[in-house]
Amino acid sequence: MLNFFNNSNIFIWIEKLINFINSIFFALLLAALSFALIFSPPDYLQGDSVRIMYVHVPSAWIGLASFTCIALLSLINFIFKIKNFTLIAKSIAPIGLMFTCIAIVTGSIWGQPTWGTFWAWDARITSMVILALFYFIFIASHKLISQEERANKISSVIAILGLINIPIIKYSVEWWSTLHQPASIKITGTSTIHPSMLMPLLLMFLVLILYCALIFLMKYKTEIIRIKKKNLKRL
Amino acid sequence: MLPKKVKKRASLLSIFFIVSVLSIFLILNSLNKNILYFNSPSDIRLNKNINFDKKIRIGGMVKKDSLKINDQEIKFVITDFKNEIIVSFTGTVPNLFAEGKGVVAEGKLLDKKFFVANRILAKHDENYMPPEIKNIMKENAK
Repeated sequence: MLNFFNNSNIFIWIEKLINFINSIFFALLLAALSFALIFSPPDYLQGDSVRIMYVHVPSAWIGLASFTCIALLSLINFIFKIKNFTLIAKSIAPIGLMFTCIAIVTGSIWGQPTWGTFWAWDARITSMVILALFYFIFIASHKLISQEERANKISSVIAILGLINIPIIKYSVEWWSTLHQPASIKITGTSTIHPSMLMPLLLMFLVLILYCALIFLMKYKTEIIRIKKKNLKRL
Repeated sequence: MLPKKVKKRASLLSIFFIVSVLSIFLILNSLNKNILYFNSPSDIRLNKNINFDKKIRIGGMVKKDSLKINDQEIKFVITDFKNEIIVSFTGTVPNLFAEGKGVVAEGKLLDKKFFVANRILAKHDENYMPPEIKNIMKENAK
């Protein structure tokens, strides 16, 4: 078990995983995109602009999920000081920020034809912007603070603070009156999205999360290489 | 058992976390009125001191058969199924604006029953379905 967490062992696993994702990614992407853009029906009200949802919703999910991962890893790391968790949290952050920004931008593009405005300072959208800011500060704290021990400490505290924002984003549409519609897909109870639209949405989610994993693994790999190089220099 | 240092860090963190959750809860609670993106007609009715010069947003459903369009203005009734407000508006409305659908109007109140909007936003609900299914549902409803 301990051997598994050895950095060079992880390195081999990362290589294998990256190769695996690369081998299936483009086929899945093509399938998902053709379902989302061509084969899925238009919405009865929005028409074809519903297709933005197939990117917007998975991106928002991934943005939230990545930050939750970062925060939980930071939490464990802050208490037990596991070096590897710092690296993982640090490597998830950029792709999480990217997906959060994609969710905000695609939402804004969708908002213009449906709501009649690009931007509204309602609770859901504002809390999403705050999430993006938390990502940004988290990444910046790693970049700007040169002393590694301190950077880890400060960034973990930031991530743990940001964790409070996650349930606020999730429930903002229920607690307050917002312009943003409430969730269509519910874990308990019936979803208010038709199966013919749910299927491409889940496919797109699978593809985007694979992409997220790919970028994360690449980043994680470079972090490990950096550490290995440092050790060599010290020796 | 866990080492003393780990315990210390865990307790420090839990105190920090609880304090920040509490403070954010209190902040949100006190801001509650401001976080609301719009008020419902019932909110307006219950509110004792309304500032009539201030821009506000009201939201609800466009009442069925209340939409009147002539070449000067669009008139309709926003309802939350308890109270109603008459809205008049001049300008273009978004595509999704229709009777029986959600709407948010931005503008000023003339009195508690009459609202002059200078911007209309359509509120989309959480239902997504293809047009054929909608037609079938309409047929079934008849």
